[in-house]
Amino acid sequence: MPRSAYDVIVLGAGSVGVPAAWAMAESGLSVLVLDPFASPGQGSNKAAIGGIRATHSDPAKIRLGLRSLQIARTWKDTYGDDIEWTTGGYSFVAYSPREERILKDLLLIQKRYGLDIEWYDRDGLLEIVRPLRPDGLIGGTFSPGDGHCSPLLLGHALYERAKGAGVEFHFGEAAASIEIQGGRVEGVTTSKGRYQTRVVVNAAGPWAADVGRLAGLEHPVRPDSHEGGITEPVAPFFGPMVVDIAPAPGSANYYFFQLATGQVVFCITPSPNLWGFDRRETSAFLPMVAGRMVRLMPTLANLRVRRTWRGLYPMTSDGSPIVGWAREVDGYLMAIGLCGQGFMLGPGLGELLARAVQGETTPEDDEILELLSPYRIFQGQETLR
Amino acid sequence: MTRIEGHPIVRKERGTPFTFTFDGKAISAYPGETIASALFAEGVRVFGHHPKDASPQGLFCANGQCSQCMVLADGFAVKACMTPAAPGQRVEPLDGLPRLPRIDRAPEPREPERKDVSVLILGGGPAGLSAAIELGSRGLDVLVVDDKDRLGGKLVLQTHRFFGSIDAVHAGTRGIDIAARLEGRVRELPSVDVWLDSTAVAVFSDGLVGILKGAVYALVKPRVLLVATGAREKSLVFKGNTLPGVYGAGAFQTLVNRDLVRAAERLFIVGGGNVGLIAGYHALQAGIHVVGLVEALPECGGYKVHRDKLARMGVPIYTSHTVLSANGTDGVESVTVAAVDKGFRPVPGTERSFACDTVLIAVGLDSVDEFHKAAAEFGLPVYAAGDAEEIAEASAAIFAGKIKGLEIARALEATADEVPAAWSRMSEILKSKPGPIVERSALDRYLEGDAGSVYPVLHCSQEIPCNPCTSVCPQRLIEIDETDLRRLPQFRGADARKACVGCERCVAICPGLAITLVDERGRGDPVVTVPFEFPSDRLTAEDRVVVLDDVGTPLGEVSVLEVKALAKNDRTALVKVRAPRDIAARIAGIRVQEPWTSQPLPEAVEPLGDDAIVCRCERVTAGEIRARIREGYRDMNEIKIVTRAGMGACGGKTCSALIQRLFREEGVALTDVTQNVRRPLFVEVPLGVLAGASSEAAGSRASAPARGKGAK
Repeated sequence: MPRSAYDVIVLGAGSVGVPAAWAMAESGLSVLVLDPFASPGQGSNKAAIGGIRATHSDPAKIRLGLRSLQIARTWKDTYGDDIEWTTGGYSFVAYSPREERILKDLLLIQKRYGLDIEWYDRDGLLEIVRPLRPDGLIGGTFSPGDGHCSPLLLGHALYERAKGAGVEFHFGEAAASIEIQGGRVEGVTTSKGRYQTRVVVNAAGPWAADVGRLAGLEHPVRPDSHEGGITEPVAPFFGPMVVDIAPAPGSANYYFFQLATGQVVFCITPSPNLWGFDRRETSAFLPMVAGRMVRLMPTLANLRVRRTWRGLYPMTSDGSPIVGWAREVDGYLMAIGLCGQGFMLGPGLGELLARAVQGETTPEDDEILELLSPYRIFQGQETLR
Repeated sequence: MTRIEGHPIVRKERGTPFTFTFDGKAISAYPGETIASALFAEGVRVFGHHPKDASPQGLFCANGQCSQCMVLADGFAVKACMTPAAPGQRVEPLDGLPRLPRIDRAPEPREPERKDVSVLILGGGPAGLSAAIELGSRGLDVLVVDDKDRLGGKLVLQTHRFFGSIDAVHAGTRGIDIAARLEGRVRELPSVDVWLDSTAVAVFSDGLVGILKGAVYALVKPRVLLVATGAREKSLVFKGNTLPGVYGAGAFQTLVNRDLVRAAERLFIVGGGNVGLIAGYHALQAGIHVVGLVEALPECGGYKVHRDKLARMGVPIYTSHTVLSANGTDGVESVTVAAVDKGFRPVPGTERSFACDTVLIAVGLDSVDEFHKAAAEFGLPVYAAGDAEEIAEASAAIFAGKIKGLEIARALEATADEVPAAWSRMSEILKSKPGPIVERSALDRYLEGDAGSVYPVLHCSQEIPCNPCTSVCPQRLIEIDETDLRRLPQFRGADARKACVGCERCVAICPGLAITLVDERGRGDPVVTVPFEFPSDRLTAEDRVVVLDDVGTPLGEVSVLEVKALAKNDRTALVKVRAPRDIAARIAGIRVQEPWTSQPLPEAVEPLGDDAIVCRCERVTAGEIRARIREGYRDMNEIKIVTRAGMGACGGKTCSALIQRLFREEGVALTDVTQNVRRPLFVEVPLGVLAGASSEAAGSRASAPARGKGAK
């Protein structure tokens, strides 16, 4: 018999909800995950391209990134599943003094947190990313410990672990209301039933604001629709995730890497932002991103694009996630506004959320929670989004 | 395997041959010939090996859609079925993943070519061309885009005479010639532009359509989109189903009828619809042995005249049978079939194997409807016609295109004409399924009283939309109910005031080769005229031939009196035989294939290979998919994540339908299954092309090599 009372109900079986549910179940809690899609990761997790890095510029994200990186990197050894992890590193390239300055400034912060990242001049970088266009290249950073894996496989592996730990998943079932009595969460109702709980975790990604309204709260999260693509597979020809932060009409930056299986995956950050839930393909994306990629790495000219898609980045105004308990409603925990980094931060964040629910946060957790507090003053923009 | 010389229907000027190399071996090719066809002509069927399991890879769709036939041409991975061979070219098998040739010089990106047009028609086949004629003749500016180097779609592979209405859809004319007629009409219209070698790759939400135009990426903005992209062949799951030598009828007809390559020595056909039956006939015409045909249903689904035609040539047709396996190591060496029970389950003990080198899968068609679906979802003005809308005969597509053309012209206010009611009715008739089979006794009745005279015998016993025989009789003695051309033709015979003059025109024009002429006027045994579409040197006077009745039962051996061609008979030869009176009227054909050809092997062959493949691109087996379904998976997107089925080059074109079928076989209703998301691109496009880089700048193919523009 399916139970109707749970310690925790997680709303969203995506990049954040699945690892959080798993970590909570591992800590002994009974967990139900509700998701309107038909299977896990069908919202934005499957739209992620798979990069995982610690080389952020925000200390909270650096810490969550380091832990997520460790989980992904050791996944196969620990659990046996091949998630196609590759420690290929990240390389941010500079072809103009603007990018050189930004990257070198960031390097100071990143070094301060002990990250393994260095600046390389033109010839040094060309040894690391051989097919880059040498012409005009100033140099760039390289962080060898970062990497990438298949978001589909890691997402699914996390899901299988969560199920194995006793998490219940209900797909095709969205929360219709969050029951609140006397200022605290009492349960969740869906079209299929009512479930008692004292803790609800909002892990609804781009739909986080809609879920918040069920609790009578307004969350400053709105989706920005990014477009990505994948090519045919070819023999390996470069290792790192290559990021070009030079702005150009239509895109603030773009990045690409070669999967362990040989395909090149690429994505842009649209500029101006494409706000909203529209995930339909646009005609502008491919010519724009192809022009940029082929100029940066001419060898790509003969590589065929296989598929494109769009994914929703749940953005906050300052580019950092919103994580923490609601002050207005007891038992309502937010893990929202991951700004497109749910996949790379989710595994580490999931563990932190479990400790938060158990009331066992570490001092480092508390520091992260303070930085990502829903009640912080939202200002500025993180440089490396 | 070799090239076909002296084809009875197709004439081709091959030009001067040249050589290229494959794996170091010299291969000869003719100008315009694809690498795939040239390799097949030399008997090469393994083009490379799959990176996952090193299984042999080769031609599958022959249509630029699937990427199974990739080879390395001068270092660049290309589709062998779409890339013309070039003199001196160095072609290598593609074993595993290709290396991307290094380029140092960055090309200067350019914006894609842009074009605004009133109507964009995707597909220059029967439906698209017919629509273009309606639209262009009303002065509307139209762009027709087609991925081949000539117009006509699959008509250019159809060497047989078409059924349908003479007036409405050129019935009685061969598909290849209908293509030329439609193209001629289109080329006369100044407002109709045609892009050949151009593949639509995506319909975007902003109303633009991305087109890979040779090696250029173009974005077209139409006011109205007409999707006339035809159909793709369904596949089938059985052991050995991806061995080189297993492919669809379309691929086979491309090799045989377009490129005149004898793609097989011994062919076995799976599927008794019109596609399979006609392909079998085309194979026989090309000098290929057709070992047999299996159909899972108790009756063939195709027109009875097509079925009978094949049976009369000496091809065994096994109804209530299915294919169990294609057997071989680097290619098909034999096929194993078995009888099926009412639930389509193979009956143990009925397995039989036949030696063959090719297994042709003709188990039906699915609409190529992704562009229409995308445009409809985006709320764009979009129409579909022909097989892209509904699977039917090409004759129906011709008429459907005409209707859609007029509807679009009305929608764009280029005309006030409404679609006439008679058109709609004709369209329905042309799309209709064949009717029941009429009893022989009812057919025989009209022959009474014709003894001693000359008269045609109409071996036509199933209602299908077809009327060419009524139009050619100078005496107007063959009639079909004027209100419905599906009715059986009737010879008015002795009750008519006029009499048959024995002109043989009805014999020559019948698309089903289902009319013979019996002449009892002379002394001695009657003379029977039988249509014959094989190389004329195959039969000469005084040859002894086995004659058969309409369903292929041998009636006896008779002597050929004469083999002749009528002045206007368009490549159908007429063979006169003298036959005893008791069989004369029952003779419907001459056997061309000896019975020994179709004998089974002494023992049934057990397949060597492992499980049947569902996703060809990623080599995912039916067993893997079934296991997931049994574990409870109901989202095809989740199956894709875990197995990779559908992630390959073709974009799930082949496996999606197969996975759905596995769900049904496992007892899961499709209403409980979430369909996988179909995403652009329709075919893969090089980044350099998308970037607008000129091919010189990229120093390479960059990419789809422009075939010699076949503008005619």
